[in-house]
Amino acid sequence: MGEPHSATAVDAIVVGAGPAGAAAATVLARAGKSVILLERGSFPGSKNMYGGVVYPRILDQLHPEWWLEAPIQRWVTRRSTMILTDTQALTVDFRSAAWGAPPYNGATAYRPDWDHWLAGKAEADGAVLVCSTTATGLLRDDRGHVTGVTTDRPDGDLHARVVIACDGVNSFLAKEAGLYGEVDAANYTVGVKETIALPKEVIDERFGVRDRDGVDIEILGGTSGVNGGGFVYTNLDTLAVGVVLKLPKLAAQQLRPEAIISELKAHPGIAPLVDGGEVKEYSAHVIPEAGLSMMPKMTGDGMLVAGDAAAMCLAAGIWLEGVNFAMASGMYAGEAAVEALTAGDTSAIGLAGYQRRLDDTFVLRDHRKLRRAPSLVLSDRVQHLYPGMIANTVERMFRVDNPAPKPGLRRILDEERKRAGVKLKDLARDALDGLRSYG
Amino acid sequence: MTERWPEVSFEDLIGSTRFDVHERAHITVDDAICADCSTRGCVVACPANLFVPTSDGGILFNYEQCFECGTCYLVCNEEGAITWTYPEGGHGVVFKRT
Repeated sequence: MGEPHSATAVDAIVVGAGPAGAAAATVLARAGKSVILLERGSFPGSKNMYGGVVYPRILDQLHPEWWLEAPIQRWVTRRSTMILTDTQALTVDFRSAAWGAPPYNGATAYRPDWDHWLAGKAEADGAVLVCSTTATGLLRDDRGHVTGVTTDRPDGDLHARVVIACDGVNSFLAKEAGLYGEVDAANYTVGVKETIALPKEVIDERFGVRDRDGVDIEILGGTSGVNGGGFVYTNLDTLAVGVVLKLPKLAAQQLRPEAIISELKAHPGIAPLVDGGEVKEYSAHVIPEAGLSMMPKMTGDGMLVAGDAAAMCLAAGIWLEGVNFAMASGMYAGEAAVEALTAGDTSAIGLAGYQRRLDDTFVLRDHRKLRRAPSLVLSDRVQHLYPGMIANTVERMFRVDNPAPKPGLRRILDEERKRAGVKLKDLARDALDGLRSYG
Repeated sequence: MTERWPEVSFEDLIGSTRFDVHERAHITVDDAICADCSTRGCVVACPANLFVPTSDGGILFNYEQCFECGTCYLVCNEEGAITWTYPEGGHGVVFKRT
């Protein structure tokens, strides 16, 4: 331990009342620890934006039967993965009635609703929520042990035995603590989204769903040549339509993000779904895209990092998750902090239970298994060559070219591979990478 | 192609989002550095379109309608041209609750 803590110190300060911070504060409060949950927005969730789908099963542990009260929009019972070229669309479409009943799978939800609800649960358990307050830096003793945060309030220094940084993708606290290495723009994407109002009946009809059932469409291609992806999600009476764009690629071309969304909305495979309606909100947020390879050190003396602040988004193509990783890492950070506080040692060694929990659960197991996936999904071949190769193959497979006889599938695939300029060697390497990740 | 729905202007688009603007600019740009920058990634990448090149080779920026996403400083490859902090607590973008 460092210097004796000031008499006014609380057990824990959690910076950021997003999903990670709310989960951490809940665990600490329930264990009887004094905890301040700091939020720079005027309410939890006011700064937070994502595409639109949350996978809440990790809440079974914190809030059993969470689905009875969670502010969801629709339960995702239909998942489509689309490959788009300028004129073509190939969709793999899956439905499960099981996903429309407890314990559910994914749900669309607005983050201001979701985060506000989850932070409210922490407050009900005894955490002290302080909004409209930005943490501006770390307090440390002369040995570097974190002892609190500075804020933008007058006399706003807050002292604590442990600080949990859940301050989001830009985490200035984790950077200040030296837990991050070099920050490389190539590890980040920006998600940009329009929330478009349409009557519920229109959405139900266009997407083929009823009641609270909803659709999650993930799109490869449709980003005007900028490496990334697109999405369309159904809320109750709005659609979330947007794109995720790799930062250096976006910065190195001429089309602005809102124009790229416009192009996606105009695609013949997307336009009939999203036409009409009024834009209710335009929003954007940076995503830590690169997974394991960009993660910071999770633990310092007197400090833990969780959620987006620890780069925990899983951007693995067929799996696009983040809120669940945030809630889980926050929960484990809370547990480790409780252990350390009870033992009276909040040094990095005393807080080591956090890394152990991350290692032993899906949080880092998924990220380790899928460590190659983010770069594969955003690679130039997957982004620019394979969609056309696949779509052209399928187009020729279904095209009736009489009087020409039907060509064999293998011949079509081979010709389309060559036409797309894909080397067999590269295709084999990517297939192997895919197998290693997803197999 | 399906008939295009009339385009929404960028002003209308960003006008749909709520901002509680603080008087202090939370972004500052060092124009002298920008003058020598050939890439100007911020101009195309900022989702809020806050960075506009001027005829004299500088960058005109505003901070009012900022999503606080961080794209600009991440793509800025001229060290130190963009100084970026969060706005004062309780200010800046406010995404809507239902």
